[in-house]
Amino acid sequence: MPLSIKNLPKEEILLQPGHAACPGCPIGIGLRIVGKVLGKRTVIVVPACCTSIIQGPYPYSAIKVPLVNVIFAASAAVASGIASAFEAMGVRDVNVVVWAGDGGTADIGLQALSGAAERNDNIIYICYDNEAYMNTGIQRSSSTPYKAWTTTTVTGKQEFKKNVPAIVAQHRIPYVATASIGYPLDFAEKLQKASKIKGFKYIHLLAPCPVGWRFDPSLTIEVGKLAVLTGLWPLYEVENGVFRLTSISLGLLDKSRRVPVEKYLRLQGRFKHITDEDIKVYEEYVDQLWEVLRKLHGKKIV
Amino acid sequence: MPQYKILTGNYAVAYGVKLSKPQVIAAYPITPQTTIVEKLSEFIEKGELKAKMLRVESEHSAIAAVIGAALAGARTFTATSSQGLLYMHEGVWMASGARLPIVMAIVTRAIFPPWNIWTDHGDLLDQRDTGWIICMVEDNQEALDMIIQAYKIAEDERVLLPVMVGLDSFILSHTATPVEVPDEDIIDSYLPAPGENIHYPKISFENPLTYFNLVFPDNYMEFRYQIQEAMNRAKRVVMEADMKYYKLVGRRYGGLIETYRCTDANIVVVSMGALTGDVKEAVDRLRDEGYNVGALKLRFIRPFPEEELKKELLHKKLVIVIDRAISFGKGGILYTEISSALYEGRFREIPVIRGYVTGLGGRDITVDDVITMVERLITRLESGTLTHGWEWFKLRKEVVE
Repeated sequence: MPLSIKNLPKEEILLQPGHAACPGCPIGIGLRIVGKVLGKRTVIVVPACCTSIIQGPYPYSAIKVPLVNVIFAASAAVASGIASAFEAMGVRDVNVVVWAGDGGTADIGLQALSGAAERNDNIIYICYDNEAYMNTGIQRSSSTPYKAWTTTTVTGKQEFKKNVPAIVAQHRIPYVATASIGYPLDFAEKLQKASKIKGFKYIHLLAPCPVGWRFDPSLTIEVGKLAVLTGLWPLYEVENGVFRLTSISLGLLDKSRRVPVEKYLRLQGRFKHITDEDIKVYEEYVDQLWEVLRKLHGKKIV
Repeated sequence: MPQYKILTGNYAVAYGVKLSKPQVIAAYPITPQTTIVEKLSEFIEKGELKAKMLRVESEHSAIAAVIGAALAGARTFTATSSQGLLYMHEGVWMASGARLPIVMAIVTRAIFPPWNIWTDHGDLLDQRDTGWIICMVEDNQEALDMIIQAYKIAEDERVLLPVMVGLDSFILSHTATPVEVPDEDIIDSYLPAPGENIHYPKISFENPLTYFNLVFPDNYMEFRYQIQEAMNRAKRVVMEADMKYYKLVGRRYGGLIETYRCTDANIVVVSMGALTGDVKEAVDRLRDEGYNVGALKLRFIRPFPEEELKKELLHKKLVIVIDRAISFGKGGILYTEISSALYEGRFREIPVIRGYVTGLGGRDITVDDVITMVERLITRLESGTLTHGWEWFKLRKEVVE
């Protein structure tokens, strides 16, 4: 049965009102979906990131499932330990979930992520990617896109974004997917699929940050949609090695249906300094990306 | 009936772990620790130990994985040395801050650079502020026994702190000696069943908790205070664990320290780890020559046995502390800590405390060396020229001059 918003519980399973997220923050939206799909028997492992603050300070917490805050570089390893203990002690029907930012995934946490993926440990790893170190004040990460302003790349980043889902897919794990906060049902379906698979599952969730990307807090979903509609952030999954575009991205193989990338870039203050030349680089990047995606779609790639 | 086996220190550790029945083990290879994990893997693959083994990609992940497993309620074990221990460091702090009864064997080894794989206590002593209970063993039998006792101490509800059990690389880790392996059912009656009667709030879906979230300055200090209080309570628990073990197994080690021919001695040599065996023999030989010398083995570095040391040492004439590690810019680490304990609240009537820093990076310290160390100081003591302080021993000055 395809998932619809009506199938998801009305009750807030994971994140309660009163949390400390900024207005328009995508993390609250993401966590609510995680709770509604995965249910109460879910453990969340969180490295240092915005979610460390959003959950609220001791002795309070806005989180209604077990949540473990851990050292920055080690979230995948802690999750592996929890999953192993459950297995050893016969605790069944649980989801052990890492909820980590792009810094904790693409940079400092990449080694532990790769280790847990290679071992095919039974966890769901979700990277919510706001494309910089937002919690410490918008510093560049390896997941920050080309030419984006951050407080450590004041004239724009010179390098392209690291492709973490592609790296993780090369570990031959049962399930890898991308998602965007702009398409919550696509994310929910992927979570549901991941929860039914044994082994290592990875979901890379694009999470537009109004504060760090410099857009109005009312536009979070809009920006999350445009990232996909321009073709910059393709929605796909790699299930048992087979690559497949999903949801709205399925229709974007036809270039004429893609929104010009400029529309996405111009909406965000972090790109306000970019030139026509930079936009051309982005357009070429998107075209090349979709040539590759056309070849991958429907094929066994690992 | 207990079995007698010829075991290296590392295998003795592995047998101790097997008898303690951990449910999750995570480790990463590093010389000279590797044979512990190899033996444990063998036990698991042969079905002699029912545990899940996580062969992680780094020591940082090894400590992280056992933290996760312990929080989920499992009994856990890991082991490392030197660089691996330093790489774990933030996880070492997390384990104690999280109050998880993890047991970790540390095969003490010198720190890079330059590369050196031989014994040196710098790696273990670097951990002394982390909130772990830290002990060091003298021989392979004590290595096996202390792994088992470590679980008893760590899991006690008055303690709930992780424990490191240190053993000297190669001198113990790779040297085989006869070791008595206790009966499984005896150890089953000594330790609680793994994963049961847990005295900390493990992960639960009925009582979901948020662990280790942000704490403001008005609450942080109290978490630290509770660790210090647990350390203080651990002193008694260490004694109780030793006595209960003695009643069931027939061996005891004396708790935080062990003394040898100290009662009537006016000179006491303090040491830690395998070197203590040589010190005891040196004491025997010095006694034969008419010197009133005794030996004191420091078994626990944390909690630090201040009261025990004061009781044994304050009325002596001379205390000689042999350090196999140095705190650069200060001196011998045990020398400094023992001086601090003996000076505390007193400004006179304390013995002369004299330290040696020696044996770094595995430089051999023999019984004859210990005799030389003692005799050298006796001469200076008798001529009235000996004062508090420390010096190098067996340093090849010609190499650096």
